[in-house]
Amino acid sequence: MSEKGAGSPEIDVRYTADLARLSLTDEEVARFQHQFGDILKLVDTLTTLDVEGVEPTAHPAPVLDITREDEVQAGLLRDQVLENAPDNALNQIRVPKVVDA
Amino acid sequence: MLLHGETTSREIVESVATAIASRDHTIGGYLSSDFERAVVEAEAADLSLPLGGIPIALKDNINAEDHPCSCGSRFLKNGYLAPYDATVSSMLKRSGAVLFGRTNLDEFAMGSSTENSAFKKTRNPHDLGRIPGGSSGGSAAVVAADMAVAALGSDTGGSIRQPASHCGVVGLKPSYGRVSRYGLVAFASSLDQIGPLTKTVEDAALVLQAIAGNDPKDSTCLPSEVPDYASSLEGGIRGMKIGLPREFFEDQALDSGVRAKVEEALAKLEAEGAELVELSLPSTAYAVAVYYILAPAEASSNLSRYDGVRYGKRVDEGDGIISMYRDSRAKGFGSEVKRRIILGTYVLSSGYSGKYYLKAQKARTLIQQEYQEAFKKVDVIIGPVSPTPARKIGEHAESPLEDYLADVYTISANLAGICGLSVPCGTVERQGSHLPVGLQILGPHLAESKILQAGRAWEQVRDSGSPAPS
Repeated sequence: MSEKGAGSPEIDVRYTADLARLSLTDEEVARFQHQFGDILKLVDTLTTLDVEGVEPTAHPAPVLDITREDEVQAGLLRDQVLENAPDNALNQIRVPKVVDA
Repeated sequence: MLLHGETTSREIVESVATAIASRDHTIGGYLSSDFERAVVEAEAADLSLPLGGIPIALKDNINAEDHPCSCGSRFLKNGYLAPYDATVSSMLKRSGAVLFGRTNLDEFAMGSSTENSAFKKTRNPHDLGRIPGGSSGGSAAVVAADMAVAALGSDTGGSIRQPASHCGVVGLKPSYGRVSRYGLVAFASSLDQIGPLTKTVEDAALVLQAIAGNDPKDSTCLPSEVPDYASSLEGGIRGMKIGLPREFFEDQALDSGVRAKVEEALAKLEAEGAELVELSLPSTAYAVAVYYILAPAEASSNLSRYDGVRYGKRVDEGDGIISMYRDSRAKGFGSEVKRRIILGTYVLSSGYSGKYYLKAQKARTLIQQEYQEAFKKVDVIIGPVSPTPARKIGEHAESPLEDYLADVYTISANLAGICGLSVPCGTVERQGSHLPVGLQILGPHLAESKILQAGRAWEQVRDSGSPAPS
């Protein structure tokens, strides 16, 4: 996909939802397509802002190199974790087959 | 007002339970509550502690061990019980608080009306036909309706301050890094902060005191020493320099009634000896655009953990694991969450991340620098919280953009990482209802003492009826 310039913003809703592993109904695609038109017009106002030479900010108050003592601490117990899993067997979380035999 | 007189903590908990039983079926502030356990905890509470025996409600995206944490989402509705305490939950417990109930919110804190909860609408106690604001709408409504002494919320773009404003209570968003985010279900990690919603500024200071401080479990939490917030609370407003951003007051969207209330408050503060200084924050015009790039981008990444594997909803039609992910997410998430995941994925996707994400990060720098410059000239910045009083339920059902635009005054504090407070400053009349208006007080990073002092001074001016003689 090529970099889009200013102008009418567009988004391929189903393709983007696929990237996010999200199934959508046809009705949702149509509704979101319409709503994203308005939202992208808003975010496209940024194209008029001059940010030449400005450093990006990822975090408002960066603190670097935070370390702590390497001490053994109690964590969650296996049974506590499995308690919230939708499916488990043999003390493990069970999921559908990932690799064909 | 916390713990005065002869009342026992059991009686306080029981009065909250009675209020919920009589009022919450109309307001809908709570998703769940557990008074059997609360009464036992209240009886055992150490009343010598700062929050000894005080019932505090938690927004349902903050984990507390063995309590539900639904995030207002179908994804976590059935059976999820938090296996651990968020740091704020364990700190509140250590201060003696009783955690008894979970308040409604927009799903995963995405929204500003609490209408995006998968379970129910919360109604504004001042007009049941209107929204309480959001996303911490349940927390604001239960404090306003005397169904909790205090509540915690989370604020990513205004989600504590705006509902506080709409419901006529005090809401504080601490500076980024002041309060641990460990155990707060992540929405946008560089913007999220937990903070209190209370009846008074003094209570907000008391709750902040209990939850602020460094946490080894959150590496973005700051090691800076936590000041004694109560000690500076009564410092008054005389000599304080208050900045008034032109961009807030000249905004076409600002309701004239809201503007009048805020200007009236400023005039009274000036009469008390504050100095008003006009200033400009030119990048305000871009703040909403920047936010609706960065917040969805971070959300799309944070919400990838909801895949039906380890917790929450799983939809498995037998078509393999990829279909399980896709279908679990399709059935588990509501429309607003899906919109933001798609938007966030889009602005991060190949070919668009430079145009949107990187540019928004650079604009964020400009917004932060403008605040830093402004705070060289003034102590605090004051303006409205929201352009309008609480709107009617359902008004923006098909146009989410309308609600996004109304975040304009609150969003930049999250982008800049500074602290902000909403304090009630009167009401405006709409169709026979008297709707609360909030005064927003913004301060530099880690200057919570300063905004609490200004907020407390405003409460005194407001409640005295007329300015004291100078």
